[in-house]
Amino acid sequence: MAKRYPVRVKVNGVEYERSVEGRRLLSDFLREDLELTGTHVGCEHGACGACTALLNGQSILSCLALAVQVDGAEILTVEGVADEAKLHPIQEAFWENHALQCGFCTPGMILSALALLKENPRPTEEEIRVGISGHICRCTGYVNIVKAIQTAAEKMAETSQTKGTVQNV
Amino acid sequence: MKPAPFDYFAPTELQEALMLLERHEDEAKILAGGQSLLPLLNMRLARPKAIIDINRITSLSYIHKDNGSLRIGGLTRHRMIENSAVIQEQCPLMTEAIQWVGHIEVRNRGTIGGSLVHADPAAELPTVVTALGGEMKLVGPRGDRTVRPEEFFVSFLTTALDSSEILAEVRLPIWPRPTGYSFQEISRRHGDFAVVAVAVLLLLNDKRECENSSIVLAGVGPTPLKAKRSEGLLTGKKVTRELMEKAGGLAAEDSDPSSDVHGSADYRREMVKVMTRRALEEALAKAMQNAK
Repeated sequence: MAKRYPVRVKVNGVEYERSVEGRRLLSDFLREDLELTGTHVGCEHGACGACTALLNGQSILSCLALAVQVDGAEILTVEGVADEAKLHPIQEAFWENHALQCGFCTPGMILSALALLKENPRPTEEEIRVGISGHICRCTGYVNIVKAIQTAAEKMAETSQTKGTVQNV
Repeated sequence: MKPAPFDYFAPTELQEALMLLERHEDEAKILAGGQSLLPLLNMRLARPKAIIDINRITSLSYIHKDNGSLRIGGLTRHRMIENSAVIQEQCPLMTEAIQWVGHIEVRNRGTIGGSLVHADPAAELPTVVTALGGEMKLVGPRGDRTVRPEEFFVSFLTTALDSSEILAEVRLPIWPRPTGYSFQEISRRHGDFAVVAVAVLLLLNDKRECENSSIVLAGVGPTPLKAKRSEGLLTGKKVTRELMEKAGGLAAEDSDPSSDVHGSADYRREMVKVMTRRALEEALAKAMQNAK
């Protein structure tokens, strides 16, 4: 029996305590152990961006981190972005701008967009494109994703939304 | 696409990590940011018996300015270097180049020590550290030693680091303020490894002639390649367009690129010629600006 290690982590505001094998990837921990399957797994070697989650507020690739490493940390996944039944402005903008088709890349895109807008609330188109450059989308051609993030930035600036999950992580 | 089993250790002190390394001899791997090691583990190209995670040794993450040099802890993350005002002011070549390292998600996690130890010859940081004339401080069971890039980078993914050692610090000399610099890269997608990259530093004297220069290429050989003949050509001369063309030609001649799916050897050599000239032009423009 392989050795197991304790992990205590706050994901989307909820405390979890589990024990994992050393080799357990954070992406698999989220999906299999916590049953948070919103985090998608594409390439498993850091090329596609689908598994992006926020670790203590910073975007990271959850397939390139071990579950045991996040002991004591706070994680945000796509499940924690909406405010209960009310979609986050970024999610709404993705919906309204047809920024997703198959939806596979969407959770990662949304989390990187969230991290980007937190750091830079009024990004230029160029800055948005750099911000999502680690994500591959095979459906949209990116144009509507960029549009959605622009729309979300404007909306968030309008309502100067300072509450919500972004500030909690 | 899942790592093979391993024992996991998360020391909080450097000494503890060194003891663990010694205990496991060649069977252990140091885990820093994991942006190169985790893909290798996931693909089972690496199957270490033990992983020694140094992320909790927070004393290895820092950026300090000393007399004439910058000292960067081995565990310092790319993003911290990218956003550092001290680095921007004292070593703008680094600020420019580090934005080419991976994507934001990778830079949030990856570390300078990890990138140097991984020693991919197409990576940005080994190229920049070589161009600046930096030094690596390696800590082992029998004490410290300081190694220059020319000795440190041995071959593809191979360095002079012993399996019992940890790269604890990178020291970068601060070049005089008027130094012009440029970092140019071609990659298939921004953030991917370079097909070819060039780092240039250029310092002019009072007569606006080249006093000192550094030209280093990535992606064209087993280690970062210092284009010594090109540097020598510039020394003591006025840096004209013709001279820059010639320097680019020499750099291309001295390159030994291989062909792969991203580009043929001939294409890479041609790009070295063009990009070395472009990098020199940009560095020269900056040096002239600074000389005003």
